[in-house]
Amino acid sequence: MTEPQASQPQETGTPLLEVRDLVVHHGQLRALDAISLTVLPGEVYAIIGANGAGKSTLLRTIAGLHRPTSGSVIFDGRDVSAVRPERRATQGIVMVPEGRRLFGSLSVEENLKVGATYARQGPWNIERVYEMFAWMRERRNQLTAQLSGGEQQSVAIGRALVSNPRVLLLDELSLGLAPVVVQRIYGMLPQILETGLTVLLVEQDVSQALRVASRIQCLLEGRTTLEGSPADVTADQVEAAYFGLTGAASASPADDRSEA
Amino acid sequence: MAWVNAIIQGILTGGLYALFACGLSLMFGVMKVVNLAHGDLAVIAGYIAIGVITVTHVPVLWSVVIVVPVMAVLGYVLQRTLIQSSLDRGVLTTLIVTFGLSVVIENGLLQFFTANSRGIGAEMTLVTGSFKIGSQIEIAYLLLLIFAVAVAVLLGLQYFLSRSKYGRLIRAVADDKEAAQLAGADYRHVFGIAAGVAFGTVALGGIAFGMYSNLDPTTGTDTILLFAFAAVVIGGLGSLWGTLLGGVVLGVAQQIGAQINISDELLAGYIVFLVVLVLRPQGLISRRAQP
Amino acid sequence: MSLATQTEAGLTGNFRVTRSRRNVVWTGGGALIVVVVLAFFPYIVYSGTTAILVQGFIVLTLASMWNLLAGYAGLVSVGQQAFVGLGAYFVLILALHGFSPFAALPVAAIGCGVAALPLWWLVSRLRSGYFAIATWVLAATVMLIIEKFTSIGGGSGMPLPGFTGMNPTLLTAYTYWAGLIVTVLALAGIYLLLRGRLGLVLTAVRDDEVAARSSGSRVGLARLLVFVVAGIGCGAAGAVLAISQLQVQPSAVFSIQWTAEMAFATIIGGLGTIEGPIIGTVVYMVLQQTLQSYNAWYLIILGLVAMAVALFARRGLWGLIDERLNIRLFPVGYWLRSGQGDGPDS
Repeated sequence: MTEPQASQPQETGTPLLEVRDLVVHHGQLRALDAISLTVLPGEVYAIIGANGAGKSTLLRTIAGLHRPTSGSVIFDGRDVSAVRPERRATQGIVMVPEGRRLFGSLSVEENLKVGATYARQGPWNIERVYEMFAWMRERRNQLTAQLSGGEQQSVAIGRALVSNPRVLLLDELSLGLAPVVVQRIYGMLPQILETGLTVLLVEQDVSQALRVASRIQCLLEGRTTLEGSPADVTADQVEAAYFGLTGAASASPADDRSEA
Repeated sequence: MAWVNAIIQGILTGGLYALFACGLSLMFGVMKVVNLAHGDLAVIAGYIAIGVITVTHVPVLWSVVIVVPVMAVLGYVLQRTLIQSSLDRGVLTTLIVTFGLSVVIENGLLQFFTANSRGIGAEMTLVTGSFKIGSQIEIAYLLLLIFAVAVAVLLGLQYFLSRSKYGRLIRAVADDKEAAQLAGADYRHVFGIAAGVAFGTVALGGIAFGMYSNLDPTTGTDTILLFAFAAVVIGGLGSLWGTLLGGVVLGVAQQIGAQINISDELLAGYIVFLVVLVLRPQGLISRRAQP
Repeated sequence: MSLATQTEAGLTGNFRVTRSRRNVVWTGGGALIVVVVLAFFPYIVYSGTTAILVQGFIVLTLASMWNLLAGYAGLVSVGQQAFVGLGAYFVLILALHGFSPFAALPVAAIGCGVAALPLWWLVSRLRSGYFAIATWVLAATVMLIIEKFTSIGGGSGMPLPGFTGMNPTLLTAYTYWAGLIVTVLALAGIYLLLRGRLGLVLTAVRDDEVAARSSGSRVGLARLLVFVVAGIGCGAAGAVLAISQLQVQPSAVFSIQWTAEMAFATIIGGLGTIEGPIIGTVVYMVLQQTLQSYNAWYLIILGLVAMAVALFARRGLWGLIDERLNIRLFPVGYWLRSGQGDGPDS
C-alpha cells in the first residue's frame, strides 16, 4: 500500500462510468443492495470482496448481461441501463469475463478477429496485441483450448482490447492462475492504460488489487463496506471490511444501511 | 451387378441426404434447435419452385436461383421472430412450436394443393436420363448432379464457416453466445444468418428431391426430416462432412434393404438410424459429446 | 407477510400442510356425478352423439398421457402413435384368435405397457430434440414392421372381427362405456400417481434435475414409469379406437395426426396440469365439429393456436382460469398454511 501507484487519474471531475443505487437480484436473492460507484477516466478502480459478495454480479450488470431491479448505469453521461450488452460493447464498455470464456473451437487469431469485428476506432489492433504478448504471434493458429491458463487469459484480454474499449472491465483475472502469472498479467496494465483506457476490475486477491488500483471499493453481501484509495486505508480496515467485522472504521463514509 | 448398381445409387443418394442434413446440423450445432419443421421447409421450397415454373415458365434450374434466396430470407425472418421467441422460452416450447409449424405447413399444403404428389422437371432428360459405364452399371444424370451439388455446397459451407466474418461469428456464437455479446456481436442476428443458410440449403434439397422423386404434403416428415436427422446422427453432430458420410451410409443401407426386399428400403434406413442412435449417439465422426 | 413475521409464525408452531387451498372435497363428488351422468348417455342420446363422445374420450386419454410425458416428466414424445397403433393391433390379433375385442382391451393396454420397456431402453439416454425424433422414427419403424404381416392386414389393414351378430345399439353402447371407463381410469390413475411419490420426484426434477438426483430421487425410474404408463394409456386409447372404427388400418392408427391432436389439445388446455387436457380436448372437439367440412383447416387452426399458446400463454386455458379462480380440481401439490389463515403459495 505504500508502493507508487500504477496509475493516476488523468483528470478529476466527470466520471466516465457511474453506477447509481444499483439493486440486482438473482431470483429472490438480493445480490447487490443499492451499490454506487464512480470511475474517473484513466484510473484503475478495483472492487474487492469475498466470494459471493456480489463483485462479479456488479461487473456483469455494468456489462449488460444482467438486468438490475432498480438503479442505473451511466456511461459517459448517458444512461445505458437498458442498452443490450453487445451495444454497450460497441459503445466502449468491454468486459473480460470471469473464467476467460474464449471461443474454444476457434484459434487464437480467430478469437482476436471476433473481438475486432465490431471494433471502434482506436490505437489497438491485432498487431499491437501480438506486440504486447510476444508468444502469441507464433501460436496464433492454435486452438485456444490447448493453451495454458495464463495464455488463455492473455488472449481474453487481447480479444477485449482489439475492440478499442473506453473502459475495460476485468473480472477475476487471477482466478485459477499461479501468482507469478497473475503478476505478469497485471504488469501489462500500464501499457493498457497509456493508450487512454480506463480499467474497472474485480479481484479476490486483495494485495494484487491494492497494488494496481488508484481507488478501491470493498463489497460484502451486496453492500459497500469500504471505499477509498489504497494509500488512505490501513490493512486492518481492509480486513474488517472484507470479512464484515463489526466496529470497523472506513476511510470514507461507507454506505450504512440497516437490515430490511 | 445389381448390387454394385445399388451401392453406387446409395452413395449418390447420400449427396441428396447431405443437402437435407447440413441445415439441420447447422441449426442444432449453433442454436441448439431441433427444427421439427425442417423437412416441411424443403417441401415448401419444392412447391414454390413448381409454382414459379408454372407461372413464369423459366427453365427448371433457374427456379433454384429464385427459390433458394427467398427461402434463405424466410429463414432469417422466421429465426428472428418465431424461433428466437421459442428459444427464449425453453427447449420444450421450441419443440412444440416447431412441431406445430410442421403440422400447420403440412395441412396448409394439403388444403391448398391436395394430397397429389408432384414432380419437378419430369420432362427433362437431365431428370430422367442416365448413362452407362460398361454394360452393367447405370448411373442417373440427376443423381450424379445432385451429389456434385452437395459436395459443392459442403465445400462452400466449409469455406464460409472457416474463412468468412460471419462464419467465424457463427462458430463463436455456437461456442459461447454470451462471450460473443461481450465482443459486440448480436447473437440473434448471427442466429438469423445461420438459419438463413440452413433454410437455403434445405430448399436446394427440396427442389432436388422434387426432381429425383415426388413431393407431397407429407414428404417433409415422412421422408426428409427423418433422413436428415438420420444422416446427422450417423455422421455425427458438428461435422459438415459427417453429414455426407451419414447420408451415404443411409443411402447404401436403404439400397441394400431394397435389394433384399423391395419394400424394405425405408425400413432399412430407419433401422440403421436406430442402431447408431442406441450404440453411438454421437455418430461416426464426432467432434462434440452427445448433448 | 415479511420474512420475519413468517419465521415467527413458524417458530410458534402454527403451521399445517394441506393438499388444497380451499375445501374442494366437493370436486370429488362433482366428478362422480359427471361420470354417472355420462354413463347414462347411451340411454339418453343418439348414437351419433355417443360416437363423437367416444372420439373425445380417445383424445382426452391421449392428451392426458402426453401431458404426463411432456408436462410432468419433460419428455416430448412425437411418437406416441406407436402405442395407439400397437393397442389397436393387439386387439385385432386377439380378436382374430376368437377373443372378444372388449375382453382384449385390458390385455392390449398391458401389452403396450410391456412393449414400452424395450422402446424405453432404446431412447432413454436421449435428450429433448434427439428424444423427440427418436420416438418419431420408432413409431414409423413399428408401423413398417407391422405392415409386413399380411395375416393382420398388411399395408391396407383389415376389419375387426368379433362383433358378428351383435346388436348395433348395444355395440355402440359398449364401445361408449369402454371409452368412458378407459378415460376415467386414465385420469384417476394419473391423479393418484402424481399425488404420490412419483409426483414429488417429477416436480423436483422439473425444478432442478441435478439437485433431485443428488438428493436420492430415482429420476430414471420415475421417467421409465411415466413412459410405461403413457404406453398403457395410449395403448388403451388405441384399443378403443379399433373397436370404435370396427377396422384397423396402419396408416390410420399409426398416423402422426394422433400426436398432433394430443399435443395441441394439451398445450391449449394447459401443459403440466391435470385439468388442462380436459379443457383442451373440449376445445379440440368443438373446433373439429365446427370445421368438419373444411378438412385440414381444424388442424391448421389448432396448430396455430397451440403455437400461440406455447409462446404467449404458457399455462394454457386452464392456467388462465386457475389464476382467476385459484382452484385445483385435481390437487396434487401442497399448500403451507399458517395458523392465522392462508399462507403463501408453496
